[in-house]
Amino acid sequence: MSNLLWLLPAFPFLGFVLLTAIGKRLSSRHVALIGVGSITLAGIVSLILGISLLQHPLEHYSHTLWIWIDIGNFQPGMGLYVDTLAMVFLFVITVVGALIHVYACEFMEKDPDYSRFMSCMNLFVCAMLLLVMADNFLLLYLGWEGVGLCSYMLIGFWYEKPANGYAARKAFTMTRLGDISLAIGMMYLFYEFNSLNIAKIVALAPEQWALQPQTALIVTLLLLGGALGKSAQFPLHNWLPDAMAGPSPVSALIHAATMVTAGVYLIARMHALFELAPAVQGLIAIIGAVTLLLAGFSALVQYDIKRVLAYSTISQIGYMFLALGVGAWTAAIFHFMVHAFFKALLFLAAGAIIEALHHEHNMFRMGGLKSKLPLIFWTFLIASASLAAVPLLSAGFYSKDQILWYTLAGQYGNPVLYSMALVGALLTAAYTARMMLLVFWGQAKSQVLRPPGTRMSLPLIILALLTSLAGFLEFPHNFFHFTPFSDFLNSSLPLTSVKEQGFSEGISQVLAAVMTFVGAYIAYYFYHLRPNLLPVLKEQSWLLFLQQLWLKGWYFDQLYDFLWVRPFQWITAKNKEDVIDGWYSSLTSATRTMSDSLSLLQSGSLRWYVMGMVLGAILLLSLQILL
Amino acid sequence: MNTPDNIESILLLAALLFCIGMAGVMIRKNILFMLLSVEVMLNASGLAFIAAGAYWGQPDGQVMFLFILAMAAAEVSIGLALILQIYHLHRSLDIDKIKEMNG
Repeated sequence: MSNLLWLLPAFPFLGFVLLTAIGKRLSSRHVALIGVGSITLAGIVSLILGISLLQHPLEHYSHTLWIWIDIGNFQPGMGLYVDTLAMVFLFVITVVGALIHVYACEFMEKDPDYSRFMSCMNLFVCAMLLLVMADNFLLLYLGWEGVGLCSYMLIGFWYEKPANGYAARKAFTMTRLGDISLAIGMMYLFYEFNSLNIAKIVALAPEQWALQPQTALIVTLLLLGGALGKSAQFPLHNWLPDAMAGPSPVSALIHAATMVTAGVYLIARMHALFELAPAVQGLIAIIGAVTLLLAGFSALVQYDIKRVLAYSTISQIGYMFLALGVGAWTAAIFHFMVHAFFKALLFLAAGAIIEALHHEHNMFRMGGLKSKLPLIFWTFLIASASLAAVPLLSAGFYSKDQILWYTLAGQYGNPVLYSMALVGALLTAAYTARMMLLVFWGQAKSQVLRPPGTRMSLPLIILALLTSLAGFLEFPHNFFHFTPFSDFLNSSLPLTSVKEQGFSEGISQVLAAVMTFVGAYIAYYFYHLRPNLLPVLKEQSWLLFLQQLWLKGWYFDQLYDFLWVRPFQWITAKNKEDVIDGWYSSLTSATRTMSDSLSLLQSGSLRWYVMGMVLGAILLLSLQILL
Repeated sequence: MNTPDNIESILLLAALLFCIGMAGVMIRKNILFMLLSVEVMLNASGLAFIAAGAYWGQPDGQVMFLFILAMAAAEVSIGLALILQIYHLHRSLDIDKIKEMNG
């Protein structure tokens, strides 16, 4: 089995190389064949691996292809390592990735840069696979940066529009801030352990750091910084809504299978280190809770359907961070998987709607699509139900309820975080219901130009199936004991410890369910029952201010613009003449002046030269005689 | 070999020849005559070598003169060829008119 590992990143990489080299000369059918085929093959390999891991969940597969760099004791290799945690990610990346590719091959067919798109997507998946499978930090970092690069290329895919280029640069720069922190953390780890091997670090850390909790604190903070950037968590979260500039399949890939989940993976992978720094774990939980509320409020008032989904991604990743922070490792990964399915589905369906309505992003100009696009309606409904965590039926309920419960009862859980998460659940239900109502109910405001074809519909159906079934992999403890998902993960992630509580899990579930229904009802009330109420409310200036505040994402863009971008631009404007370079240019100009004046001596007149020589000879001779 | 008694006068003659040649190089306008003056200077130094060699009773002075002779022959052949080319290009041998290689 270990011999199969290298195939996983190799297939997408091969697809990328082929498409980059000869993609321009291939017909679009062949481009689609290579682009989709490579990911599908990787998907098949990951299924084979998954099945064999399911049979022996305590095993792990590792395979070192070659030593990458060999300097003294610094020997990072191209080493691949797959345990159950990595397997879950591999499964999601390849399977959801393959579905997104199938969808993209119809969605992007008319684009003149079809082959460029497919090659970037393949490289994206390849980088993410490397990130997940790396057995050492350097390879992980390669995947990490590869993901960043590909996100830049894909967000700015339609680069003729300056706004898209700006969004791409923003995403790249903001995630880069996190990357720097991760790089420093990586170097610190090497300094501490003389090795970048993850398994070795995890094994050595508890012993070595037992007496120096500060080191654990610093390292985990640095790693957390990296995770915050990639996973779009507060305070590095505001690149994600702008990342909607890319084509819809890219959004689906970034939000569901790759990129934003990298941070979750990193923290889950290094859970042993984070457990040594409880303060940082608490910080993760707080960041997650804050992020899920900030993004939830923002999602509530957006006009653009893709921006609603983007904010909901930030919010759902916030739930995952919250779960990681309170030590509910398996719950976070479970929510990641469920989220990947329904968020990919939501983005793909949203993309199909936008295409069908001729690039209409504004939800207020949609409406009444329930009967016109029935397939999209039903799949979107399933995914929305999951996002809003409709009790018992949807997968989102099972995963989110677990997080909510551990937020209260888990090792680091507390009632404040729990109430924040509950409010988040209400918000989630509200914005999801609002989105559904605006898009599918009411009166039709735009004409449906072309319904999606087979290659776009098929991934939607499969993802809808996955979304509906994924929830039944893990039941709450008070239902009946059927938890195959966390049993599977327990070989790589520790069990979640629960402290004694006077509060039973059942009450928490009922509360969560009530929150979902209340949230959905609020949206139903304002957008369906009494749609005339909103314009009236908007006349209140403080409500209007709130609406603007949330619409602009709490003005974080403006804040960062004021704090960082403007000062930076001011400095660059001041330094336009290059202050430091002035010294060097004065040096060259002085040399040049002297050289120019000396070159006057070279008059070209032979007489002068002779005179000079004679005078020089006389001078030397007289000096010799006199001295 | 006899040592010359009047080495000073010979060296004085050599110095005189050298100065005449040098003055020629500096004063003459015609390149051909400048070349001739250089030859005079060379021969002046050759004379000084011969005289010194005879004075010390060493063959080195004569060896040095043979060198100077050979070098002078080579120099003249190259110099004449250059002068021909200069005349070919500029139709003149006036050194004051040829000042193109200035900085």
